[in-house]
Amino acid sequence: MPGPQPVEATKVTALSTPRTAPLLHVSGGEVPDRIFKSLMTVCGLAVLGVLVLIVYSLISGSGLSWHAFGFKFFAGSDWDPVGEHFGALPFIYGTLVSSIVALVIAVPLAVGVAVFTTEMCPKVFRAPLSFFVELLAAIPSVIYGLWAIFVLVPLMSGYVEPFLGKTLGWTGLFTGAPYGIGMLAAGIILAVMIIPIISSIAREVLMVVPQHQREAVLALGATRWEMIRVGVLRNARAGIVGGIILGLGRALGETMAVTMVIGNRPEIAKSLFAPGYTMASVLANEFSEATGDTYLSALVEIGLALFVVTIIVNALAQLLVWTVTRGQPARGNA
Amino acid sequence: MPDPMSAPTPQVVVPPISLRRRVTDHVMTGVAVLTVVLVLAPLVAIFGYLVYKGLGSLNWAFLTQTPKPVGEPGGGMANAIVGSMLILGIASLIGVPFGIGAGIYLAEFGRNRFGAAIRFTADVLNGVPSIVIGIVAWALLVRGRGFSALAGGVALAIMMVPTICRTTEEMLLLVPQALREAAYGLGVPRWRTTLSITLRTATSGVITGVMLAFARVAGETAPLLFTALGNTFWNLRYDQPTAALPLQIYVYANSAYDDWHRQAWAGSFVLILLIVSSVAAVRYAVRRGSFGAA
Repeated sequence: MPGPQPVEATKVTALSTPRTAPLLHVSGGEVPDRIFKSLMTVCGLAVLGVLVLIVYSLISGSGLSWHAFGFKFFAGSDWDPVGEHFGALPFIYGTLVSSIVALVIAVPLAVGVAVFTTEMCPKVFRAPLSFFVELLAAIPSVIYGLWAIFVLVPLMSGYVEPFLGKTLGWTGLFTGAPYGIGMLAAGIILAVMIIPIISSIAREVLMVVPQHQREAVLALGATRWEMIRVGVLRNARAGIVGGIILGLGRALGETMAVTMVIGNRPEIAKSLFAPGYTMASVLANEFSEATGDTYLSALVEIGLALFVVTIIVNALAQLLVWTVTRGQPARGNA
Repeated sequence: MPDPMSAPTPQVVVPPISLRRRVTDHVMTGVAVLTVVLVLAPLVAIFGYLVYKGLGSLNWAFLTQTPKPVGEPGGGMANAIVGSMLILGIASLIGVPFGIGAGIYLAEFGRNRFGAAIRFTADVLNGVPSIVIGIVAWALLVRGRGFSALAGGVALAIMMVPTICRTTEEMLLLVPQALREAAYGLGVPRWRTTLSITLRTATSGVITGVMLAFARVAGETAPLLFTALGNTFWNLRYDQPTAALPLQIYVYANSAYDDWHRQAWAGSFVLILLIVSSVAAVRYAVRRGSFGAA
């Protein structure tokens, strides 16, 4: 395109004319400033560099497995390190199912807590309540796992699973021997871990719902619950969904607590009582003991898949939360 | 926008709120209270067990001895506590300067497209599963060299940088522009202004960000599994496999020995105490120090 070029050229010359020289030359100016700026730029570049490094090492590390299995890697369901035949489907299945179970449990609880904190609870208790919920996020994953092994799992096998088997066994989701360890236990401990994330984002989103929305609905004669349902939750929907997706992103990549209670067996079973395996757990269990280049490469490919999925999920969540907070002033003016 | 006052006031007849609606209202309030109870129950249970089992299992041997051979009762996690500190030290040594530097770049020079790219990347990095970071540190430092404290430290440093970078940026942006301009007006060069005026004013906020990042990685296990690996003996060298508290808890929790389970609880108690006390100590120091600075 020859058209716009001359314009561009004049622009550049206009910009590149030297600025007026400083009248006063202060000691320790220009050169140290330039050094300082480049040092800080290097730090900034390091952030980009780390991401590039992650992508590079995952792609180069998984090349061998990609060449050997191609797309069948994600569709195959046998995991045979001795025969060097690898399919990641059971891990993908386990990751998805445990995360979905976690969301089913966590979402109503987290949203309920957020609604209670912002709309119902006396102002004095607001800050302590959110502090306690967020304290859940500060507990290391391995401690959740330890607690789950010695407290949650016996509870599951002794009471929860026999009860579920008796009442909901006909669905096929709750059948089999109640070992305690399995998909359901993993989902429950994941739920506890993601509740603080979903809840804190939901709370933030609920708090930016303008006060006059509530007042308007109340003025129409609504009860408090109707006000929350119509005036608050409906307005905050997109942001809450964003928080839920962010929680999903965390659940997909969570490693230690899940590894400790899911049973670690690469099988695809319909029952939630059955043991399973997740992408993150297989990495945790097998990576440091993997022998053979194909085996290692297959594990790195699982890591790559996990990375790609969590990046997509997180970007989606950021976008949703961002639309709500950005869209807020516009709605407030209307 | 039509003026509501200009409309003729209609005759308002407020119908009584039906029983069904009143009951629904009360039921939903009850449901909300129930969710709070259900969410706080695990918190209470976990901390309760940590104190009850952890404190009960804590003894002098646990804090001063290395692990006994498999199945033999006694011994402790002294080497793991020191190993954790070594790994966290390496992580902070690498992660803190880079994180603060990147934060300074974003706040002072990053009002452009390149800055936006870094900001987005930092947020993306925050969501990367820690086990994936472990693979990267493994590919970078362990492959062909062997497991080491350095590899574990680098993995944790990678996890610290995005958090520190973003909080530093936020805190620096809170510093009033007038303060910078006052310094420029006195002829102070830009680098000096940033370091001794802007950063200094934001010190307590920046340190809070650093401690948040520290607390987050202190309990991380997954990225250490195939970088630091773990060790049953003392190690203070950066290039050797090193024990870490979370790793030791993981191994002991999965073992079949009651004495090791007991030690896993004690280890968890110490880990939580380490995290909480380091955060509290630094916040306290900053609060006291900032009175002098401000």
